[in-house]
Amino acid sequence: MLLELKDLKVSFDTYAGEVQAVRGVSFSLDKGEVVALVGESGCGKSVTAQSVMGLLAKPAGRIKSGSIKIEGVEASGFSEKQWEGIRGKKIGMIFQDPMTSLNPTMTIGAQISEGLIRHQGMNKKQALERAEEMLKLVEIPNVQERIHQYPHEFSGGMRQRAMIAIALACNPELVIADEPTTALDVTIQAQVLDLLKNLQQKLETAVIIITHDLGVVASIAQRVMVMYGGIIVEAGNLKDIYYEGKHPYTWGLMKSIPRLDRTKADELSPIEGTPPDLFAPPAGCPFADRCDWCMKVCKTDMPPLHKVSETHSVACWLLHDGAPKVESPLVPHGATGARKSKGARHV
Amino acid sequence: MSELIQIQDLKKNFHVGSGRVLKAIDGVSFSIREGETFGLVGESGCGKTTTGRVLVRLYEPSGGKIIYKGRDTSTLNKNESKEFCRDVQMIFQDPYASLNPRMSVEDIVAEGLDIHMQLTRSARRAAVHELLELVGLNKEHAGRFPHEFSGGQRQRIGIARALASKPRFLICDEPISALDVSIQAQIVNLLMRIQKELGLTYLFIAHDLSMVKYISDRVGVMYLGSLVEVADSNELYANPMHPYTKALLSAIPIPDPDLEATRQREKLQGEIPSPINAPPGCKFSKRCPHVMDVCTKVMPPMIEVAPGHTCACHLYTKK
Repeated sequence: MLLELKDLKVSFDTYAGEVQAVRGVSFSLDKGEVVALVGESGCGKSVTAQSVMGLLAKPAGRIKSGSIKIEGVEASGFSEKQWEGIRGKKIGMIFQDPMTSLNPTMTIGAQISEGLIRHQGMNKKQALERAEEMLKLVEIPNVQERIHQYPHEFSGGMRQRAMIAIALACNPELVIADEPTTALDVTIQAQVLDLLKNLQQKLETAVIIITHDLGVVASIAQRVMVMYGGIIVEAGNLKDIYYEGKHPYTWGLMKSIPRLDRTKADELSPIEGTPPDLFAPPAGCPFADRCDWCMKVCKTDMPPLHKVSETHSVACWLLHDGAPKVESPLVPHGATGARKSKGARHV
Repeated sequence: MSELIQIQDLKKNFHVGSGRVLKAIDGVSFSIREGETFGLVGESGCGKTTTGRVLVRLYEPSGGKIIYKGRDTSTLNKNESKEFCRDVQMIFQDPYASLNPRMSVEDIVAEGLDIHMQLTRSARRAAVHELLELVGLNKEHAGRFPHEFSGGQRQRIGIARALASKPRFLICDEPISALDVSIQAQIVNLLMRIQKELGLTYLFIAHDLSMVKYISDRVGVMYLGSLVEVADSNELYANPMHPYTKALLSAIPIPDPDLEATRQREKLQGEIPSPINAPPGCKFSKRCPHVMDVCTKVMPPMIEVAPGHTCACHLYTKK
């Protein structure tokens, strides 16, 4: 087991009170696995990743309870020094915006070398040689020239490639990619995703990819975790989520995105309302207020995690034995025409 | 359907110093019919936003004509110009940056009213309340300030502001790209409902092709300041002609794992070149997988490849 989170709770203390950003997240990750964390802004996906990297904004952010185990070692109480031994060496990170997360005053080569000098005890020359290899690996042309250039001389797509090179330089076991393609154009996004996929297979690195784009997830991930209001509401492998989704929020997400392969006749139905306020999160299911199938118990009690199959688990009261049977409003997998979606029934 | 606005050979150059010229729009022609939604798509730097801005006359065009309701907009006198501004309104991309944080929602929404209609205080208030309800907010919101609202609500305020002067033509410049997925659909459905209710015409600018397909009747694809293909939305997606359109469509990941696993991609090498001192010929020639000699020399003309489907590519000019 490479990474194991158990009931992780993370809060931020602000002048207005405590923001409970992550409210009990558990999952584990094996070597070489690609897992996607999906959800809207404010659902806690980035904060979860930051806690795994020891990058929570201090002193406001703190791990309230729960455990983070990296290769079996409890990491939630690590000191800054201990984290420095993990970051860049065991876990690499690819940030969302390559414009702001590279250092504008350092050459690309120096930025890749930094980690190598620190973690692998290389001297400057060795590190630069390795940096050159890395830039070739991420398919940057004219490496000899590019390695001495600054980030502003790179285009957006190239910067993201350079960032991938930095993240992978020390052969980490795990790479966390936080919205790695959100800031890029579609054709560049396709290139960067292809590159990530190829490198992942070649180097057998585990990847946690954080995104809100269900298309990106479908093209790269093996497993998916859908987050909402600080908890994981549904987790499973790709097919479990896309074809056998059981949580009303997962349905809502799928129904609210237009698809290129569908015609205009398929209705686009938004999820009404807004996500819950994490200053005072609801006692029950965080999605209860926006859910078409909300029951009494949803408002008062947090739904337990139901196992649908070995790989697939859902946190929803609808899967309780006493709950009414609800059919998925999504078009069944393999069906060509759009099935008439049944109107929301309040139960 | 009659044509509400015609754009003929529109050009917009920016001087970027040292005598260099950035051709943001380089001879774009299309027309939008009354009551339809025309989608304009392309990647960053392709000139789609500049086109929108020239249309509302935030920029003066460097060449070409904009003909609105049969009249060239450059020949309008002062009163007619005011009329034009009233008819053509804009919704901006970033709802966090496009609302003045020091103005109340009522004053933001009423700005257009104050300029174009002299209303009494109570009539002004009633008009604002009506607009807020039209976009799914309520009148209690009128006294609040922008920071009290979420992104989706702010975009609703922006839409109410645009509708205040009773326009006929709305330019929506990436109105949903700053919003969360579940909120995007809310705003798009709102825009479509309002269009039906008020009989508006839209120019919908976006880089998200799936959303553009959903909302538009016809779509134009731009690349580096030129329009490369225009067609009915379903036709364009079913039958793309231009190599760039093909590549763009196949680059979009589809939220369906089985489809994604089996899909053939038309891959595109390289990145968008700089629009400063662009080379002659087809702008896409440097990245095009089907590039021929003629492409690097002559700019391909826009030709009709099927009824209502035009495309600017030398692959189709010979036939």
